[in-house]
Amino acid sequence: MEILITGIVLGGTYALIAVGLTLQYGVARIMNLANGENLVFACFGAFWLWSTFTINPVLGIAIVAPAAFALNWAIYVVMLRPLVNRAKNRGQLEVDSILATFGLMFIAQGIMLLGFGGGYYNYNFLSQPIAILGANYGLNRIVALCAAVVIAGALYVFLTHTRYGTAIRAVAVDPTAAGLVAIDVPRASAFAFALGGALTAASGALLSTFYTFNASMGTLFTMKALIIVIMGGVGDVRGAVIAALLLGITETAVASLIDPGLTLAATYTLFILVLLFRPQGIFGRHMA
Amino acid sequence: MTPLLATITRREAGIAVIGAVMLAAAATLPLFDTGFYLSLALNIAMYVVLCTAWTLFSGPTHYISLASAAFFGIGTYSVALGIETLPFPLLVTIGFVASAVLAGLVGIATLRLSGVYFVIFTLGLAELVRQVVTWAQTNFTRGVGLYVFTDFTEAHIYWMLLGLAAVVYVTGWLVNRSRLGFALRIIGNDETVARHVGINTAMAKVALFMISGGFIGIVGAFLAPRFAYVEPPSAFNPMISFQVVIMALLGGTGRLWAPLLGVIPFTILFDQISANFPNHTSLVIGIAFMSVVYLLPRGVVGLIEDMRRMKRKFRIVWTDDAALGKDPAE
Amino acid sequence: MERRTLLRTIAAATLASAMMVGGAYAQETIKIGASGPKTGPLAGGGAVTYWPAIQLWVHDVNGRGGIDVGGKKMKVELIEYDDKTSNEEAIKNYQRLMTVDKVDFVIPPYGTGINLAVAPLIARNGYPHIAVTAVADGLEEFVKRWPNTFWTLGTSQGMANGIVDLLKKLKDDGTINGKLALVSVADAFGIEMSKTAKPAFEAAGFEIVYESSYPLTQQDFAPIISAAKNAGPDSFVAFSYPGDTFGLTQQATIADLPVKAYYTGVATAFPAFAGANGAAAEGVLGIGGVNADDPKIQDFIKRQKEVTGVEPDYWASPVQYASLEVLEQAITAAGSLDKGAVIKAIGEGSFDTIMGSWKFENNIITKFWTVGQWQGGHFKGVASTGLDGAVAPVLKKGWK
Repeated sequence: MEILITGIVLGGTYALIAVGLTLQYGVARIMNLANGENLVFACFGAFWLWSTFTINPVLGIAIVAPAAFALNWAIYVVMLRPLVNRAKNRGQLEVDSILATFGLMFIAQGIMLLGFGGGYYNYNFLSQPIAILGANYGLNRIVALCAAVVIAGALYVFLTHTRYGTAIRAVAVDPTAAGLVAIDVPRASAFAFALGGALTAASGALLSTFYTFNASMGTLFTMKALIIVIMGGVGDVRGAVIAALLLGITETAVASLIDPGLTLAATYTLFILVLLFRPQGIFGRHMA
Repeated sequence: MTPLLATITRREAGIAVIGAVMLAAAATLPLFDTGFYLSLALNIAMYVVLCTAWTLFSGPTHYISLASAAFFGIGTYSVALGIETLPFPLLVTIGFVASAVLAGLVGIATLRLSGVYFVIFTLGLAELVRQVVTWAQTNFTRGVGLYVFTDFTEAHIYWMLLGLAAVVYVTGWLVNRSRLGFALRIIGNDETVARHVGINTAMAKVALFMISGGFIGIVGAFLAPRFAYVEPPSAFNPMISFQVVIMALLGGTGRLWAPLLGVIPFTILFDQISANFPNHTSLVIGIAFMSVVYLLPRGVVGLIEDMRRMKRKFRIVWTDDAALGKDPAE
Repeated sequence: MERRTLLRTIAAATLASAMMVGGAYAQETIKIGASGPKTGPLAGGGAVTYWPAIQLWVHDVNGRGGIDVGGKKMKVELIEYDDKTSNEEAIKNYQRLMTVDKVDFVIPPYGTGINLAVAPLIARNGYPHIAVTAVADGLEEFVKRWPNTFWTLGTSQGMANGIVDLLKKLKDDGTINGKLALVSVADAFGIEMSKTAKPAFEAAGFEIVYESSYPLTQQDFAPIISAAKNAGPDSFVAFSYPGDTFGLTQQATIADLPVKAYYTGVATAFPAFAGANGAAAEGVLGIGGVNADDPKIQDFIKRQKEVTGVEPDYWASPVQYASLEVLEQAITAAGSLDKGAVIKAIGEGSFDTIMGSWKFENNIITKFWTVGQWQGGHFKGVASTGLDGAVAPVLKKGWK
């Protein structure tokens, strides 16, 4: 039972890391290798707000997320749209976006190094224990889990029950066809990219309450996010959340029952199994 | 058909001679400098072999593999584990075979994957191998670092890499001429068509992936004595995978020699950046990188082709009438 | 256009190096090269321990007018490169420093693996190699292979025995029971340490009730701490790296891990550790330590903060600084910039450093701090291999 709860808490964290990338990759078709840097940026942002203005990181999201939205919108329009326009097919865009965001990753790291140096940062926020069924958990992690549920839920409702959300899903399925039914595809893509960035930033602000971070740490998060996004099925928010939870529970179970040294190996084994047997993602449908 | 073949052969012979001369010239470098420039050249030679081996498979098939670090690490470990007991050439062979076997297994397992799934799969694979090696060492050998002490100098390693480069080029040329190469080009253009004309796409891909992975394993094996101290984070460094992909893509993957045009200028450029902006390497490399992506959309090879085409266009316009100015290459 | 820029860069670089060679005739300054992680996984540690101590030393030396070389004061010019936490890059950087920049001396890199990777190269070029952030066993072997190497921070053996002896004493006094949880990071440091410590703990009569290792990039420690808690030990020992040290301690605080002795590895001695854990840091044992009551150390901590803006750690930072003091005094003793003479001077001389008086025995500093403890907001040395100034350890009393 304790394994299950710990696993779910961890899975909630992973869901936070991955949900933004699902949108960016699924809708805007940008394989954003700088996703982790975006997250770490937000960690620093939340840290800065907390240490300078004592703004509570959860409220800090209200500042960090819109800022990230604007920044990502600008990145998409200025940097990535030319690539989208010049790409002849999806494969070309994938290669180009990998290269471009790889460069972006370095730039973001460089800026953070200039601003904050290479050292470790963390701060104390809600790190008191909370007892659930006789075992203690960090309150900040529980808060993050609840936020993950709220964010993923809101996103799901937005995508399935609103007009614009439906339009975005249409773009994810087939940009050409979406264009034919009078959806402004470039705008929807930019919106999805920016929203994905904002969600990632919100996650970053929450994660900063219990992770120790430094300027070079983004790639770690990017890896995890990529795995979850692919496992969940590209552009599938529900799938990503399930994949994240599955991963969290597997890791915790392996660490508790077998050997903590094998957690990462377990992650990749699970991932490879999913790819082999359900290459379209956990919930993905077979495409012709 | 025959005269065409004959001209190509003559041209190829020319290229072979030029290549051999260049290789021989490169091989004399340790006579002039055994310090930093040899180190840099060794670095370049290493990435030339890695990127060319990578292009062998990824060029024609358009599959982006991020498993280079896994093959590289396996090669390094083959040497590190056996250096006390077995002769070096045998260890290199073991590295080659082990990497090729792994590539074969991956190839068989991933037949159904394409595009980005393959990318992420190979990335996951490299990490998985690293974790398993670390775990095995932690639990069974009780010590992560392995020492590789040999009498090899940097010059020796450099020459071995140059020799390997020659082998990779010849292999690439042979593959290109063979039925396998032809099959792969068709697969790269359209896999469905390839299957319909009766090509065993699976076999072709796996075979090539094994060759490519095996060569990368050899590079890892050659490099082991240089590091003296081998541990999983350095042997299976994921940056190797990324740099290989990026340099190869920057050069261009359409031709076997194209990665060369990516590796040489960019190793030197990155090196100059590290030397001149030690505190801002990330930032400057990022900016340099982005400008390359935007200014050279088809890699260095694309730039050269554009220039050539432009020249040819001018010549045609000068000599013939405008109607002939249509570029046959398009 | 891109190509032209590139050519220009190359041309400029060639010119610059040519000019540097030309400048070597009338030498007024001592060129010292350093390569360490500014990016990559070890950058966090490098930013606390490596770079600031070097900067402070250069600042101090030049503030005094330079190093005395045969009666002439020569200022120090520092050349820094980023090794990106990669062996490949580090080898290239030291090659560049020694053969292109032609520096007079090099400061060895940060991290055990990278120090060993560049050791053959530095030895071949005949430079002295005073390694600091490299903790390994078999140092005698290295010295035999590379007589130009000097090792200052201690051995894993010594470090591991430090904590074993400390806990054994507490057990023999009857203040803690014989149950122990032992975890380690699956990387060179953690494995070497647990390899030595495990048999030593068993020989000392400890019962290891929980043992495990975890991967380097682990971010979540709830399973480990709860399993350790369920095993009911009085002592918890983790040979951990910076990220994990923070993660484990945070989780231990949350789970209210009821142990009387709690020990973590690298970064316990970082000032950020106290910042992150607040009152929970009190009583935490960790690798390293300094003589916190020594005015020289206090002065060092104060000045590094003033000059570089970075607070030093309470373990390797002062040693890093002391290693540079050794270099400086050895150059003065040798009276020249001749590398062989300086190597000889380092091996034979005795040095007055902020870590006290240093004399290399067979190229190894055998007296070093092994265990420290957070007491009243300072990380104080509680065990060492023969140094003065150790304070008595206290038991961990809760996490609030």
